[in-house]
Amino acid sequence: MSEKKKKLAWVDRTLCAACGCCRKVCPRKAIIIYKGLYAKVEETLCIGCKKCAKECPASIIDIREVDR
Amino acid sequence: MKQQKHWYDYLWVLSPIYLTLGFVNILFAWLGLVFFCTPLIVSIVTGNKGYCHRYCDRGQLFALLGGRFGLSRKKDMPRWMVSKWFRYGFLAFFLTMFLLMLWNTYLVFAGAQDLKQVVTLLWTVKVPWQWAYHGTLFSDGVAQFAFGFYSVMLTSTILGLVTMVLFKPRSWCIYCPMGTMTGLICKAKAKE
Repeated sequence: MSEKKKKLAWVDRTLCAACGCCRKVCPRKAIIIYKGLYAKVEETLCIGCKKCAKECPASIIDIREVDR
Repeated sequence: MKQQKHWYDYLWVLSPIYLTLGFVNILFAWLGLVFFCTPLIVSIVTGNKGYCHRYCDRGQLFALLGGRFGLSRKKDMPRWMVSKWFRYGFLAFFLTMFLLMLWNTYLVFAGAQDLKQVVTLLWTVKVPWQWAYHGTLFSDGVAQFAFGFYSVMLTSTILGLVTMVLFKPRSWCIYCPMGTMTGLICKAKAKE
């Protein structure tokens, strides 16, 4: 049986400036800026579309494959 | 799907308006205190950085010029520019220069120094700006602060435009001293 994978945005919280550029472009509103500290991805909403990764000025968002 | 536009999505117009007003009469530079205080107040009151992604006029301007107008190479920033060392270091440098500007303003207020009708770009290049000064009813120090504050605003806009072109449109947001300061406020508030 093959395992189903899902693409998800992953943020490097140690480098995130919490500028919110990613939040602004997310079509699923899957990103919140947690207490002004870093961008947090809501995994149930994220579809791994890469828009946030492209927008992030620091380029610290990766799209990773995870098990469903 | 096109996202619905809100009134605050058009705040980018404030940046060019502010810079133009300072070109006409330098005393308008005082209005910049609004841009300076609002993000700090928002982060102190709400404990978040909502100002950055929602109301920041400068960030919106860079997003517009670099994004829709294609004036950005959209390349990754160098890693050292993303590091916390650089961000905090730049904040420290920026604040030092800001304090120096306040000190020069004080000297003019105190009569120990004459008013310098120049705008200092990138903390080094002095550009004559006498056409924008038409006198003041108050002390010359009022005008000196305006010249100094306008220098800070113009310098940061130029730096933001340069990094917008070289890297991604809103690269400035990563090392913006105001963003770093509001980030520190949020950190302190999160620990409460």
